[in-house]
Amino acid sequence: MRSQTWLRFHSSLVYIFLYAPILMLIVLSFNRSGLPTAWGGFSLYWYAELLQNRALLNAALNSLLVASGSTLVSAAFGTLLAMGLERIARNLVLDAFVFLPMIIPDIVLAIALLSFFTFIEMPLSLLTITISHIVFNIAFVAAIVRTRLSYFDNTLEEASLDLGAPPLKTFFKITLPLILPGVIAGSLLAFTISLDEFVIAFFTAGPAQPTLPILIYSMVRFGVTPDVNALATIVLSLSALLILIAQRFGGTEGFF
Amino acid sequence: MKRMVSPLVLLGPALAWLVVFLVFPLLLIFAFSFFQRGSFGQIVYDPTLKNYLRLFNPTVLRVFLHSLRLAAFVTFIALLLGYPTAYFIANQPARWKNTLLVLVILPFWTSYLIRTYAWIVLLNREGVLSRLLISLGLSREPISFLYNDTAILIGLLYGYLPFMVLPLYSAIERLNPEIREASFDLGATPFQTFFRITLPLTLRGVVTGAIFVFVPSLGNFFVPELLGGGQRFMIGNMINNQFLKARDWPYGSAMAFGVMAIVFILLLFQAWITRRTEQS
Repeated sequence: MRSQTWLRFHSSLVYIFLYAPILMLIVLSFNRSGLPTAWGGFSLYWYAELLQNRALLNAALNSLLVASGSTLVSAAFGTLLAMGLERIARNLVLDAFVFLPMIIPDIVLAIALLSFFTFIEMPLSLLTITISHIVFNIAFVAAIVRTRLSYFDNTLEEASLDLGAPPLKTFFKITLPLILPGVIAGSLLAFTISLDEFVIAFFTAGPAQPTLPILIYSMVRFGVTPDVNALATIVLSLSALLILIAQRFGGTEGFF
Repeated sequence: MKRMVSPLVLLGPALAWLVVFLVFPLLLIFAFSFFQRGSFGQIVYDPTLKNYLRLFNPTVLRVFLHSLRLAAFVTFIALLLGYPTAYFIANQPARWKNTLLVLVILPFWTSYLIRTYAWIVLLNREGVLSRLLISLGLSREPISFLYNDTAILIGLLYGYLPFMVLPLYSAIERLNPEIREASFDLGATPFQTFFRITLPLTLRGVVTGAIFVFVPSLGNFFVPELLGGGQRFMIGNMINNQFLKARDWPYGSAMAFGVMAIVFILLLFQAWITRRTEQS
């Protein structure tokens, strides 16, 4: 019984460690004074400031474009990949290969992609970031869809085919509706990762088109400015919202 | 099922993408690492082993060792914080379990960059902690807690702790409670039961969690940059500098493969542990 109390206390401290800094940013974003240590009253002033910031809105748009593009492609390729992997005998080498982008340090992937785009003389732009994000997002979508497929009742597909439905019709009428929650959850995760990804975007972005994380990096490198708090609150809330929705659709299980 | 479409058609698009945009780029920097930097930062295709030999010069070696030590320390603290938390979550009633787990994962899915920035607000000279100490009378003047190894350690721990809790949770969750009860019935103390039963049976989770924390900590460059103020170098910063500042891509590539070699050894170790625990 005493060990239960101790565990509860320890875990509470861990949760405080995880959430206190985030909650602090959220509270400060509504602080009119803009100082971390003096409360100047509740205000939406810093949020209004953000709307005036052209460079910031532009970067946010860039991020949305990259995230949408990379999500669309990785949702399609990742779902097919999950189906393919589930259908062949378990192949450890193939598994390791597909999930390689998840374990390689992102700085290594980043310099490799930068070198590659430079080598084939492809100018750096939003397209090169999108291409790069697809590399690791495929693995995330595939992992989630695959968990969903492992609960899948194969006889339904068999029945559909036996009754004379062509394979493509069987896929759209039987397979896809059954795995759709997994595809949606995987896509939401992919979108969120892409939206927040910094290191690979930093190396594969063109000079004139930064994404939001790249812009945030350049802002926070030179110290604390109060409008970053408001921006941080919006970005953190958006990610959290997307992930909670993904959780509803079958969740983030399938990683460990 | 098998009749529908060949698995190759399904695997094709994703595998093709990974070959072109993952395998080729990695092979390319592997090739770069054996060439030389020209005087304008271009690559001179003149084979050499110089870049790898330069990894052993004292300055670089020191950064490598320092990064390894820091990443190991982060991993150790993450294990100390993460194991009891994972254990606690795994032993909660089903309806709480999921919520508690989501609360651990949620920060991980939000921007790490912004969460690092939160620590700047907390730890800088004019920051929350410094002011708090002054108003409590514990300090007379503002103190900066940034720009040292402890700040980097906190930043890395903060970012990667969820990576430790999740695999530990799934390992502890799978434990059969009867084994522990048997151990108690046979007269073992809780201490003995933990170190001789629970910990060995969850070793796979420990190793997976440790690798998931260690590897990204080792390669991270923006946490040392933002919280270490660029004063305290890690491997990630060195690679970053070679690519974006010094423009010595062959040397930077060799450094990257130094990191990859370390990662590869760790993965082999993980595979070995997994096989050993499966056998017993």
